Amino acid sequence: MSSLPAKSSGLWRQVISRPQGALALGLLAFLYLCALFAPFLAPYGPSDQDLQRTYHPPTALTWTREGLSVRLYKNSDPTQALYQPIPGKTAVVRWLPLGHPYRLFGLFPCRRHLFGVESKQKIYLLGSDSTGRDVFSRLLYGAQVSLSIGLIGISISLGVGLIAGGLAGYFGGWFDSLVMRTTELLMAIPGLYLLLALRGAFASQFSSGEVYLLIVIILSFLGWSGAARVIRGLALSLRAQTFVDAAIVTGLSPWRILWRHLLPNLASYLLVASALSIPGYILGEAALSFLGIGIQEPAASWGLMLAQAQEMKVFMCNFWWLLTPGAAVFLTVAAFNLLGDTLRDVIDPHFRTGNR
Amino acid sequence: MLLEVANLVVRYPLPGGLFFRSRRFVEPVKGVSFRIRAGRTVGLVGESGSGKTTIGKAVVRLIAPHSGEIRYRQERIDGLSGARLHPYRKRVQMIFQDPHNSLNPRLSIARILGEPLEIHFPALRAQERRSRAADLLRRVGLPSDSLDRFPHEFSGGQRQRIGIARALAVEPELIVCDEPVSALDVSIQAQIVNLLQDLQQELGLAYLFISHDLAVVEHMSDEVLVLNEGRIVEAAPPEELYRNPKNEYTRKLLAAVPSL
Amino acid sequence: MPDPNATPLLEVSDLSIEFESAERTVVAVDGVSFSMAAGSTLAVVGESGSGKSVTALSLGRLLPSPPARIRSGRVVFEGIDLLTLPEPALRHYRGGKIAYVFQEPSTSLNPVFSVGFQLSEAMALHRHDLADRRGAGLAALTEVGIRDPERCWRSYPHELSGGMQQRVMIAMALVCRPRLLVADEPTTALDVTIQAQILGLLREIRSRFGMAILLITHNFGLVKGFADHVVVMFRGKIVEQGPTDSLLASPRHPYTQALIACVPRLGDSKKRLATIDYARLDSLLTPS
Repeated sequence: MSSLPAKSSGLWRQVISRPQGALALGLLAFLYLCALFAPFLAPYGPSDQDLQRTYHPPTALTWTREGLSVRLYKNSDPTQALYQPIPGKTAVVRWLPLGHPYRLFGLFPCRRHLFGVESKQKIYLLGSDSTGRDVFSRLLYGAQVSLSIGLIGISISLGVGLIAGGLAGYFGGWFDSLVMRTTELLMAIPGLYLLLALRGAFASQFSSGEVYLLIVIILSFLGWSGAARVIRGLALSLRAQTFVDAAIVTGLSPWRILWRHLLPNLASYLLVASALSIPGYILGEAALSFLGIGIQEPAASWGLMLAQAQEMKVFMCNFWWLLTPGAAVFLTVAAFNLLGDTLRDVIDPHFRTGNR
Repeated sequence: MLLEVANLVVRYPLPGGLFFRSRRFVEPVKGVSFRIRAGRTVGLVGESGSGKTTIGKAVVRLIAPHSGEIRYRQERIDGLSGARLHPYRKRVQMIFQDPHNSLNPRLSIARILGEPLEIHFPALRAQERRSRAADLLRRVGLPSDSLDRFPHEFSGGQRQRIGIARALAVEPELIVCDEPVSALDVSIQAQIVNLLQDLQQELGLAYLFISHDLAVVEHMSDEVLVLNEGRIVEAAPPEELYRNPKNEYTRKLLAAVPSL
Repeated sequence: MPDPNATPLLEVSDLSIEFESAERTVVAVDGVSFSMAAGSTLAVVGESGSGKSVTALSLGRLLPSPPARIRSGRVVFEGIDLLTLPEPALRHYRGGKIAYVFQEPSTSLNPVFSVGFQLSEAMALHRHDLADRRGAGLAALTEVGIRDPERCWRSYPHELSGGMQQRVMIAMALVCRPRLLVADEPTTALDVTIQAQILGLLREIRSRFGMAILLITHNFGLVKGFADHVVVMFRGKIVEQGPTDSLLASPRHPYTQALIACVPRLGDSKKRLATIDYARLDSLLTPS
């Protein structure tokens, strides 16, 4: 089986030394930092409306004597959202202004934001939506949901898969049969229908936090079976390695063998599997929210934002900025897949030399 | 008498049946009896599929016998399981054939050797365990600075020495050697055979030495058991087996040994 | 005995091969020269890392490059230097005129194809003249001592024992009627009894088909009664070569002596086995 670099730091160094690995890790670090500092980076709250400025196009930036400024717009026809820049009129961008209060990391009360403009004007880096909310701010807040759902989901499903699959593979017998028949049952049902059925089984009037939790649980419930099957297979093949026999003869308890001998040898698989399956969760959340049964208004998530962009008006009037969450989903998914492929490339040669 | 095996039978059910175990089974060991005295070596020779490895695994209780008795110092150990096997595990150890997968690739040598010490000598402090592990390495002829290295940094012969050190860690009385030199070059095989003989002299170990190579078994053993299709077909001291083989199968094994 | 005046089938001269990695370059084979007459058997004996397998693989240019790099030397087979031959022309030799049998029969056969398919494939590549591939394949399986060739033809590698798999490998080599069979540790993974059978089989097919056999082994025990000539390799160099009988009777080089001495013999039980004193060899080999 695998003979990985003994220390995981060596693994990450190898990933970073490859251009695609460095790109993926860099991109992901950037995205997660954005999500982490969303309230600070976003000039507005996720649900701050401005009904005077619906479907506002991205505000152009210019350079004036006072410094970096945004152009100001005038809506010639409120029913049509025809915004025209007012020649010569700008508002200066202020750095670290005081704005609406928030808690950084949910802990530290704070009112400073990275940037903003005077309170009567608006800065819309990526335009505004149907109720005049800042798409850029919502994109950042939505990242918190969309990016964390993958991490939490994969931890749950791999955790369950690891326990169920690992024990099934190691002990075999009736527990193995039970786990395998259950996974087969789960995998036999088309995922989307199961998703809809499970969501439908619960009442819809949940708070957004509860809905978030529910989505994670539903997605993990669907996701663990695949992981459990692979892990069972790996555990079976590890079980056949003589070092496990040696550990038994030494007198180690089954739990200790699982913990000290099987788990470290599964680590490489778990790493690759996590990177490659996180996109599934992100897309799953996006799909649920897009269908209107995921994250609910006024909270933000990329899927929900995309759902709102499907109005006919958006396409008719070419409000392209409302599709930026799609680009964000694309970037994240691509970065995770790139990372997973790189990890596999780095680990695979070790599998090969380990077999000799 | 250190170990007594009487009428040992090992059975495996054949796979099949959706929910219930199938009633068909294979029987790799069909009623085998032998004894090992303290400090002596019993050799077990036979071809692949003769059941020799299965006997070794049954003796160290990696598998449970179907029927028959295994007594260690008069005590029945064939029915024990779990924690009740613990005292036995300190007395009887095993060395495995394939030096490449008998050591966990993710553990350092210090941890591989420290593990049996942790289990069977819980009073030892980490520092004492480490110095004992270094002693073990010296004893099997490896430099003690190998402690912080990992299995893949060693050659096949060196890994087999580490496997021997791991077996020695618990200070056993009997070691089951399952084809310990079959995967090694002849030149390395000689080193390991000599090492096992030296350790036997020093520590008074008993061996159950399993191999398909009669020349090696004969070299190591005080008594040789010839195993064919799960049954012992001949048991004799090595000189006698060589000079006067009684069984047809023994003669076939003897004829197969290349002569120089 | 082959005619010593005939042009040799294979002539390896001053072959040096190195392996390059980012950290260092290792010389695996260092100035190796030997030759083989048609229909002869040569045993290359040495330990792991002596360069014996690298030498054997280089004959069919089977070494992955990089990291392997041929630094110097010629491998002349039937008058043609294989090392300078373009790849398409080489394919005619590799597997066709020079066949290989490797140590691990279980990994040398493709597990997803039947024996018959793999045999036919080998013939399709190298025996365009054969009309009846199935007949020829079954004949080859019979030649290697497989009792029920029809059944073997249909079976998949995992259904066969190690000894049977090795027989199939030899049959695959045989169907192409090679001039040289390179057997790289063909019996190391097998039981002693099966080993004796396989060696007997190789001896038999040599006398029947007149092909030359290059046996790579770490065990001097296999050499006697099998090979006409022996080449002893140590750390990439040939330390001694000569006719088998005289070399076994009076080995001159201390390494050869040690390698012969460490083979366990029947009837000298409980005696200490001789081992190789590498430190002494090093002091002998490095000119001071």
